Amino acid sequence: MAEFQPVLLRRINQPDSTTLESYRADGGYRALTRAVEDMSPAQVIDIVKDSGLRGRGGAGFPCGLKWTFLPKDHPGPIYLCVNADESEPGTFNNRILMEKDPHQVLEGIILACYATRATTAYIYLRYEYGECYRVMQRAVDEAYAANLLGPKILGKSFHLDVFLHRGAGAYICGEETGLIESLEGKRAWPRIKPPFPAVEGAFRKPTVVNNIETLACVTHIVDRGADWFKSMGVPPDPKNPRDAGSYGPKLYCISGHVNKPGCVELPLGVTVRELVDKYGSGVWKGRKAKGCIPGGLSMGFLTEAEFDTRLDFNGPVKSGCLGLGTAAVIVFDEATSIADVLYNSCRFFAHESCGQCTPCREGTAWMMKIMDRIRRGKGRKEDLDILMEVGSNIGIMPGTTICGLADGAGWPVKTALTKFRSEFDELVKQGPTRRLPQVAAVH
Amino acid sequence: MSHLSEELRQKILAYLPRYPSKQAVTLPALHLVQDALRYVPLEAIREIADLLDLSPAEVNDTMTFYGFFRGADCPLGQTRLWVCRSLPCMLRGGEELLTHLGERLQVRPGETSRDGKITLEFAECLGACEGAPCVLVNDQHRLDVTNGKADELIRELKGAGA
Repeated sequence: MAEFQPVLLRRINQPDSTTLESYRADGGYRALTRAVEDMSPAQVIDIVKDSGLRGRGGAGFPCGLKWTFLPKDHPGPIYLCVNADESEPGTFNNRILMEKDPHQVLEGIILACYATRATTAYIYLRYEYGECYRVMQRAVDEAYAANLLGPKILGKSFHLDVFLHRGAGAYICGEETGLIESLEGKRAWPRIKPPFPAVEGAFRKPTVVNNIETLACVTHIVDRGADWFKSMGVPPDPKNPRDAGSYGPKLYCISGHVNKPGCVELPLGVTVRELVDKYGSGVWKGRKAKGCIPGGLSMGFLTEAEFDTRLDFNGPVKSGCLGLGTAAVIVFDEATSIADVLYNSCRFFAHESCGQCTPCREGTAWMMKIMDRIRRGKGRKEDLDILMEVGSNIGIMPGTTICGLADGAGWPVKTALTKFRSEFDELVKQGPTRRLPQVAAVH
Repeated sequence: MSHLSEELRQKILAYLPRYPSKQAVTLPALHLVQDALRYVPLEAIREIADLLDLSPAEVNDTMTFYGFFRGADCPLGQTRLWVCRSLPCMLRGGEELLTHLGERLQVRPGETSRDGKITLEFAECLGACEGAPCVLVNDQHRLDVTNGKADELIRELKGAGA
């Protein structure tokens, strides 16, 4: 098979890849020009729908379908919230897109607003991405100066303003309604749905929330068509009528114990083993892998024996994980204690629980405390059952919380305890055998 | 007397046309104030509330939700140095790096070195896992930070703006 030619990352190594001039020289804003001159907003929605593009932020919801949920003939305003709050551990693909090719993202944003008739787009950007902030702001300024933003874009009756809005270090702002609350200047407590943002979102108006990578895909779909997009990836499983397929390119992040951590673009459906061996240059120090997290921390664990799992929208589910998530693979080697890995996961979710729902606030904190004593060899024999029970009962899926953060906290616990059970049993049985360094205290 | 300079007030007000509600300017305002003063005094909270037609309690509620903002009891040093402790960095020495920096600066995470130059913080995933362990200097990433590179960074930051 011919080597895959990157789509989203094709320009990142060029000098001046961030400037409007160089973007235009590579055919940039051709899709936008064609769309506003020859296509109606509905036609743009149709192309994106036909392409089968599914959201890249974690949930995998069909992008075009999401746009059709906006009320028809709404007097406006309609908002686009661009989710650039990328905070899922192991995930950094959106950072690269914004830092290296901001106009590709911006063109997708403008196209999405043209399609949905949104007149203002807010890019909700996590504060930590300072370089992204500066690069994206320069791109936005250039676009205003070139009549690609503002009133009468490209001479048509199409008006759009784009503003960057910086977050303040909270994982929960990546949840779409948490993001909206935060944008409105409040604590980022997710909202009960329905109403969904498409009906009542930012400032109580119809709102679409899309991820950066999703919008970058939109640019190319409008430029090159739905069939081109569908020529990459995995078609729907004929045995599963609810499967919408896994089309298009995907940015896979590889981190942890590999020789060459990084971000690689491939058609959806690559296996974990290929990513680790070929694109990550294998496990470091000549060791073997013990396992990995296939899609950002929230998705749960795969053992090394499960590395032939395909990373499309269905593969991780078949291997007992929550889903594809952000397709960020975190590998850990055979010398790593699974208890240390799971403790790290529990600590993350305990720290990032927003505190609104009691099962999540209390559950994540207790899972962290219990995991801390287990990894110190001070676990009690009932602890593993308690962890399993908490992990299975907190979340939007069991129906005890408003958003999915707690599901994301529970899934690593459930899958680790199931797939690496003997190691946990051993730790509880043998008692304290190792001294862990006292990690710096929390403030 | 106003706690916020006229310049700062104007910068905050300049955000108003971007949003359909004044409350949406809360985060931009808090960022502006903390950048300028290194913390957000209670007086500033009241003045922000005044500018945005909010109750000070609303501004305080938002501010304290985000662990990012500091009150008068713990102002930031000249540079804020975040060390990632999430899984990809932890697997490649992030926690040891945090401990090392704490020893060098003689502070615990959250505290500021005695000369007021560096505030050390732990962070959850900074989104630069290809360069783990990574740190953030204010809002700029540094990748593949060994203990040696960390020592160099401390020297650099301590020398800055002396």
